[in-house]
Amino acid sequence: MTDESTLRKAFVDSLDIAPDTDWESLSYRGIEEWDSVAHMRLIAELEDVFDIMIETEDVIDMNSYVVARKLLGKYGIDFA
Amino acid sequence: MRDLLDLRERVAFVTGSTRGIGWATAQLLAEHGASVVVAGSSDLAAAEARAKELTAGWGTPALGVVCDSREPAQIKAAYRTIHQTFKRLDVLVNSAGVLDDALIGMISDDALENTFRVNAIGPIQHLQAAARLMRRSGDGGSIINIASIIGVTGNEGQAVYGASKAAVIGLTRSAAKELAPMGVRVNAIAPGFIDTDMTRALPEAKFAQRAAAIKMGRVGTADDVARAVLFLASDLSGYVTGTVLGVDGGMLI
Repeated sequence: MTDESTLRKAFVDSLDIAPDTDWESLSYRGIEEWDSVAHMRLIAELEDVFDIMIETEDVIDMNSYVVARKLLGKYGIDFA
Repeated sequence: MRDLLDLRERVAFVTGSTRGIGWATAQLLAEHGASVVVAGSSDLAAAEARAKELTAGWGTPALGVVCDSREPAQIKAAYRTIHQTFKRLDVLVNSAGVLDDALIGMISDDALENTFRVNAIGPIQHLQAAARLMRRSGDGGSIINIASIIGVTGNEGQAVYGASKAAVIGLTRSAAKELAPMGVRVNAIAPGFIDTDMTRALPEAKFAQRAAAIKMGRVGTADDVARAVLFLASDLSGYVTGTVLGVDGGMLI
């Protein structure tokens, strides 16, 4: 099990958002900071932090924080 | 003295590299210090044997993988392997290709789909995966797509091949613009008539006819193309992106 704070920090660092963001409602293009360029930055950050390579279909499908948390399970990253 | 052709500490993935232009390229990159991932379309033992040849010849790490450009799952698996093994990728050479000439009216759906899968769709999928690994390292990278003079000038009997190679040129120019801010350079090479198994499969008369159209008076070699790849892979071309470099000996179509 991984501490979810690691995932949140990756989002904060790559999207340049506040740590007290409403995580459950955070979605791609739902905020100005999470555009297509920031999305690729986010993917790179997640790959670095968790040392994985995310498949293209999952890059496209990862359209919210909640989905990201779930999709990472495919790569053996489960959150406490 | 700084060696601008020094590729030590760099990892290169050469598709279609168990023979022909790909193999010549893999050898030249290894000779200049690169760790090389050799890929064949079906025979893992052949790819691994080539990798061993590189390590034996130049002492560089090398890896053999099976990666059929028609199989997206194999392409994904190859990049996972590269990530697990080297944690980085600096050079991609999209070298795998097929040549299947047919006159208009005699182009089968299967031939059309196979040519585009290997020559155009596969390179896009490779480029997409490679660019992500290159961005991650923070050091940028170089992607070299092997196009063809036929993709620039066209030729009778080669509508499908020419269209697939023109697609590679369009891919190169668009990707160069998109990836330049990340320090990833994307260039294409447009070989003319090169002496490989692929061109030797042409009828003798057609081979001779094409050879006669070369102003420099000789058919090109796989090494001629590999040297152009080395230039584009190395720091010698550090400010070159979005270009299509002809390696054709002054060939006229």
